[in-house]
Amino acid sequence: MTATAAPSLTQNVTPLGFDANVTAAAWLKDVAAFGLGDGGVMLAKGADTHRAAAHPEGGVLVAATDGTRFVTGGDDGRVAVTGPDGATATLADANGAWIDSLAVNPSGAFAFGAGKRVRAVSDKGKERNLEVPSAARGLAFAPKGYRLAISHYNGATLWFPNLETKPEVLEWKGSHLDVTWSPDARFVVTSMQENALHGWRLLPDRGHMRMSGYPSKTRSFAWSHDGKWFATSGAEAAIVWPFESKEGPMGKAPRECGVRPAKVERVAFHPGVLILAVGYEDGCILLIRLNDASELLVRPAVKGSGITALAWDKTGRRLAFGCADGQAGILTLPL
Amino acid sequence: MSDKIPVTVLTGYLGAGKTTLLNRILTEPHGKKYAVIVNEFGEIGIDNDLVVNTDEEVFEMNNGCICCTVRGDLIRIMDGLMKRKGKFDAIIVETTGLADPAPVAQTFFMDQDVSDAARLDAVVTVADARWLSDRLKDAPEAKSQIAFADVIVLNKTDLVSGEELDAVEGRIRAINPYAKIHRTQHAKVPIAEVLERNAFDLERIIALEPDFLEEGHHHHHDEDMQSVSFRTGEVDPEKFMPWISDLTQREGPNILRCKGIVAFPDEPKRFVFQGVHMILDGDLQQDWKPGEARESRVVFIGRDLDANAIREGFLACAA
Repeated sequence: MTATAAPSLTQNVTPLGFDANVTAAAWLKDVAAFGLGDGGVMLAKGADTHRAAAHPEGGVLVAATDGTRFVTGGDDGRVAVTGPDGATATLADANGAWIDSLAVNPSGAFAFGAGKRVRAVSDKGKERNLEVPSAARGLAFAPKGYRLAISHYNGATLWFPNLETKPEVLEWKGSHLDVTWSPDARFVVTSMQENALHGWRLLPDRGHMRMSGYPSKTRSFAWSHDGKWFATSGAEAAIVWPFESKEGPMGKAPRECGVRPAKVERVAFHPGVLILAVGYEDGCILLIRLNDASELLVRPAVKGSGITALAWDKTGRRLAFGCADGQAGILTLPL
Repeated sequence: MSDKIPVTVLTGYLGAGKTTLLNRILTEPHGKKYAVIVNEFGEIGIDNDLVVNTDEEVFEMNNGCICCTVRGDLIRIMDGLMKRKGKFDAIIVETTGLADPAPVAQTFFMDQDVSDAARLDAVVTVADARWLSDRLKDAPEAKSQIAFADVIVLNKTDLVSGEELDAVEGRIRAINPYAKIHRTQHAKVPIAEVLERNAFDLERIIALEPDFLEEGHHHHHDEDMQSVSFRTGEVDPEKFMPWISDLTQREGPNILRCKGIVAFPDEPKRFVFQGVHMILDGDLQQDWKPGEARESRVVFIGRDLDANAIREGFLACAA
């Protein structure tokens, strides 16, 4: 018996512990990679861990992966790349300017933002730079092709780094934070300073979508594997918007999954089924099945250990998580 | 509250000695480690501290409130700094010489993530004793910096006579009666007078009481920036709260800062408030002492304030 209502998977978690705030997590095949506030990258295979000094002079602010390498941006002004074997190298240098936005394309291309400057480096190593009107807060590659969405103050910019065509500006007043494309490339969605999300329907009509009502900022979002659901943080439940229709979620109410008296900090959709991992500010993690809203407990609340990173591996067997106090873990789902 | 990181905002018009003061703070043996947010890599030579370079980005909040501006870059940098919590003890934000301090101050009220992690400790303004009077005439930014200050470092006093110095201090007092003024040369001021002042702590307003206010209001006819202050006995919260809220909403663009201590009938605690433009923060705090006069006092610093209207409005709240 457990004290919580949800059946527990806590026995299936391999606990890990690091020295600093976990700022990001990702999987390099069967190796979990964690970016840390002290500049290290921790690699974990099961309970075995190895530390790579990715940013010896700084901290990992942001990270992204293409499934084979862990790319990190730091406050040392460097983009570093770390492999599953722990080998780490400098991928790009921004002369000391903080790198706090980053995107990696499965083709091998990557892009990062340092202040107002965005640099894209193609899979062939061709470097292109773009200056946006204010600091680039978020970067995301389109699901297909070499196209980048950049969020900033008063909107987002869509840019083909390989083409001479003028970048396209999507306007909406206010400060836009993170940005994402829907898997069908039909929508671009940003989170905003004003505790809301804003979306642009790129096809067919350039319509605006406003998703508001959050008590705090959304700093984590995730698309379901089928692209029909969009889960977001920022409330005392994961707010999951329906995107199965061409119009997007307009006029429809979102689902509220995992209502608890704690703010949701991170969300991560399972790569194969409609199961959402939800990490809360109080350290709790739940798995929630969308079909019937049934819940499984992965981690009970732990004081001072709010969830700061969540990532499923490609197979959907394992979930890596990291916390504000440096605790971390790997859930392996029972077969 | 106590584990929030204190943030000192360092302002001052071009050439007043801001960088000199910053260097002094950073090089003195205080055993503390600072994260310093600066606009350009100047001549600050620091081994131990974390220097963050930024472009000031003033963003309007999308909430229909015209004076609700925040520093977008500061929100972004605070987000990054919080990932390195424990690596520094305090944060210093240096603004450019032409910056209005309001967006920096408002960031700490308007952004939930920033206000959860950090608290605005004080606005410290460095002023040039020789040139301040001229700047107050021709530079609205210089006025705002004086009006916003909790601490004013009146620097380069060796370049003016005693009478001139008294005159410039008079000008400062006319704008801002409650800032603590330090007369300095080469920005030589004890660090403890500048950092960890808790000036934005509501409790602190009470501590300022002895020279908090004088009866009536200050008014210099050549200043469009002025302070007005009034006192009365107990006020009726049913009248006072709508009045202060309406006044700051209506006159917010002109009111740079306001502060007050208010007595409500049958309420053992004092109501203490302060505000920046339209943003108000208030709380019932600390009991009135036995035998203490239950007086309500308010001060407003701003531009083109209608002193008579504010006085009448305030006095009409009397219980």
